[in-house]
Amino acid sequence: MDDTILEMRRITKTFPGVTALEDVTLAVRRGEIHAICGENGAGKSTLMKVLSGVHPSGSYDGEILFDGKPMQFRGIRDSEANGIVIIHQELALVPYLSIAENIFLGTERRNRLGLIDWNLANAEAAKLLASVGLHENPVTPVIQLGVGKQQLVEIAKALSKKVRLLILDEPTAALNDIDSAHLLDLLRALRDQGITCIMISHKLNEITAIADSTTVIRDGRTVETLDMKSDEVSQQRIIRGMVGRDLDSFYPDRESSPGEEVLRIEDWTVRHPVQDRMVVEDVSVSVRAGEVVGIAGLMGAGRTELAMSVFGRSYGRDIRGRLFVRGREVQARTVAEAIDNGIAYVTEDRKRYGLNLIDDVRRNVSAAALDRLARLGWVNGNEEIKVAETSRREMNIRTPSVMAVVGKLSGGNQQKVVLSKWLFTDPDVLILDEPTRGIDVGAKYEIYTIINRLVAAGKAVIVISSELPELLGMCDRIYTLSAGRITGEMPVAEATQESLMELMTKDKELVA
Amino acid sequence: MTSIKTPPTERPTPADSTPAAALHSGTSDLRALVLNNLRQSGIYVALVVIVALFAIMTDGVLLSPGNITNIVLQYSYILVLAIGMVILIIGGHIDLSVGSVVALTGAVSAVLVIQQDHPWWVGVLAALAVGIVVGAWHGFWVAYAGIPAFIVTLAGMLLFRGLTLRVLDNISLSPFPSEYQQVAAGFLNGLLGGQGYDAFTLLIGAIAVAGYAVSGFRTRVARIRYQQPVESFPLFVARVVLVGAVLMYFAWQLAHARGLPIVLIILAVLVLVYGLLTRRTVFGRQVYAIGGNLSAAALSGVKVRTVNFWMFVNMGFLAAVAGVIYSSRSNGAQPAAGNMFELDAIAAAFIGGAAVTGGVGTVVGAMVGGLIMAVMSNGMQLMGVDQSTQSVVKGLVLLVAVAFDVYNKRRAGTAR
Repeated sequence: MDDTILEMRRITKTFPGVTALEDVTLAVRRGEIHAICGENGAGKSTLMKVLSGVHPSGSYDGEILFDGKPMQFRGIRDSEANGIVIIHQELALVPYLSIAENIFLGTERRNRLGLIDWNLANAEAAKLLASVGLHENPVTPVIQLGVGKQQLVEIAKALSKKVRLLILDEPTAALNDIDSAHLLDLLRALRDQGITCIMISHKLNEITAIADSTTVIRDGRTVETLDMKSDEVSQQRIIRGMVGRDLDSFYPDRESSPGEEVLRIEDWTVRHPVQDRMVVEDVSVSVRAGEVVGIAGLMGAGRTELAMSVFGRSYGRDIRGRLFVRGREVQARTVAEAIDNGIAYVTEDRKRYGLNLIDDVRRNVSAAALDRLARLGWVNGNEEIKVAETSRREMNIRTPSVMAVVGKLSGGNQQKVVLSKWLFTDPDVLILDEPTRGIDVGAKYEIYTIINRLVAAGKAVIVISSELPELLGMCDRIYTLSAGRITGEMPVAEATQESLMELMTKDKELVA
Repeated sequence: MTSIKTPPTERPTPADSTPAAALHSGTSDLRALVLNNLRQSGIYVALVVIVALFAIMTDGVLLSPGNITNIVLQYSYILVLAIGMVILIIGGHIDLSVGSVVALTGAVSAVLVIQQDHPWWVGVLAALAVGIVVGAWHGFWVAYAGIPAFIVTLAGMLLFRGLTLRVLDNISLSPFPSEYQQVAAGFLNGLLGGQGYDAFTLLIGAIAVAGYAVSGFRTRVARIRYQQPVESFPLFVARVVLVGAVLMYFAWQLAHARGLPIVLIILAVLVLVYGLLTRRTVFGRQVYAIGGNLSAAALSGVKVRTVNFWMFVNMGFLAAVAGVIYSSRSNGAQPAAGNMFELDAIAAAFIGGAAVTGGVGTVVGAMVGGLIMAVMSNGMQLMGVDQSTQSVVKGLVLLVAVAFDVYNKRRAGTAR
């Protein structure tokens, strides 16, 4: 078992002005699941791009040995020919093509005339789907599948390429707990079939559960490789490697003293924008000043849909229900009205819905409340800079200048820009949808600290999250949402991961 | 327009908060400054190179007083169109109909003034009103019906060309009364006298230079007060002197021809107003936000439909301004007027650094882009290059300009 399938030696990769990797060394044993951890921007993805040939041989220093032989990949095709397949965080499937078409994209099964043999392709696809435990017809268009199933299609596609080393970049980032668990089981099964796997992940509980060894990267250097079996490695141990220090705790302490009710949603019902079904039904939720309320639910439970429909009816149609801010009923028919009524919504997908990535920090911070900086339609550019500088200081946004383009910041810093933008609207209640998705442990802690500061200042906060430990660590009270309905509400002291999960899946079992 | 952006990689310059600090702080790293501003300065350099090239190849005729005046008169309406076009492109739209709208507004004006003997200003106002209605029509379909601008304005291109033929009954109308002709052919001169040159034109030139210097200095002082990075003082002075010299040379040449063209005044006012509108107003900023990320803008409370609607109304208005200038210059209205103008305006915007994907671009950039096209056309005409070659050269310049833009972006994109 102790023979090495992959060795990356003294890899150094520089971009203009930045050294992304410096002398990185990585050794992966045959048939193991090898996790790679590190904060965002530490160089994990760059390392995998070097390995898969996205950064071609010659654009970096150092050498790659695969099966003991030195490799010089000039592109993805070279690495795939050797059985190294990478699955990126953002899935690379073509939505309108079928599962089989996606699996054999670029490696189409042809007959003697050079035409595609669809029967053969579909039959082979069916076999591959069975081996990843996906029970779908190969002719189904990929767009009809959920994210979890799409992930499985990606793995099936990798298997079709006779994969020997599978690289997964944050495979569970977009998956709910059930799909994640399924995926991890599948990875174990693949390992038993002799497929080596490299997994980049932020989810330390998954790493401790599944990885055989873990390499920690920090600031473009290898910090250490931990043998997960012999060392009995804890999550705290990995974090120490990643951030170079111990975090006292995942979640900063907070004194909880809720005040008067700030936001109350009553009998909220939302219909799907195109399909004829209810996405949210008779939901009532309230939050008080100085309180953090969590909404727990699986993907598709209607969490984001609830939040966005409340936020100026940005989602759905036939919205019914009543909305009270500080005891007064309000109409928030547009986003502008919602903002005026003191509601702020921080989206779960900051790149698509939260930021203008090609614009600078300053203009992103002011975007939702530009009127506050303007008189008669004229923006006071100097005051705007001042506001942005204040945010940068208070939120600890790590950027060379407030004039820097937001798209170039790390995920955690981008999230701080989004938070700054909404705080500048001076909201009474903040709805945070997956506030720590895709950001590293250090930045997560900072976001939690910011949330605590807001609550201490009397704001009301609603947190929507897929990570139950996060809800348990941050909230005063948690609602569970399942299939568009509230299935439970409890103070955090009474909640456990198990009890929440039971309520989150309650309705679904009844239906099934 | 008034200041070069310092590279974002620069650390903010520590500075005290007195205006005196404006004299000595700032970065002198010329190389970093040039590299990081290549995208913005690239087109200025290109304009200078093209002007120099054609000046040499035409034995200096290009820069003669008479020809400079000519360039201004000949291409002003394209530049007016380019202002509206670049705003639409920043917002993620396009307008293919402006050529037809130029024809329609000119036709309406001609019918009123030439056929029906109304005073000249009735024609102008009617043309502007028609332009605004056309813009509102486009705006309605794009903003409220949700039809892509490409389709709406392609339809508009056919529609308004047809209406032009209808209005003109398929014939050309001419000539306009002399007041109307003044719009495009008139000059302000002799107000202050001068020996063989027009002192008034030089005075306006000097005021423009002074305005540029003062506003640049004020921006600089404010930036330092807010602890933002600025260029070093010698560099700032060099920039002001350079721009000032170019402006004064330009004024000097005009002064030795026929004085200050009225159409140049119109154009200068429009550039100033729209330059400020795009950079300094809430409306302008919302245009950039919509073009940069539509969903994020909508979720930030930007009234996307309203902004889109007014962008098109504005384009209709500017197309009407161009229509008045063009009909005045050609001294009449023709059924085929304004043919292909939209393509020149679009090319100007893209050469001037606007991005096909929206969210990027400046009014000043579009003006420089338009001038590049104007100088090339004019230079090639002076050299007697035939129409076919002119078209090939202009096409290649457009392609290279956008390719350069894409290349730059890709390089910036790989840094992470």
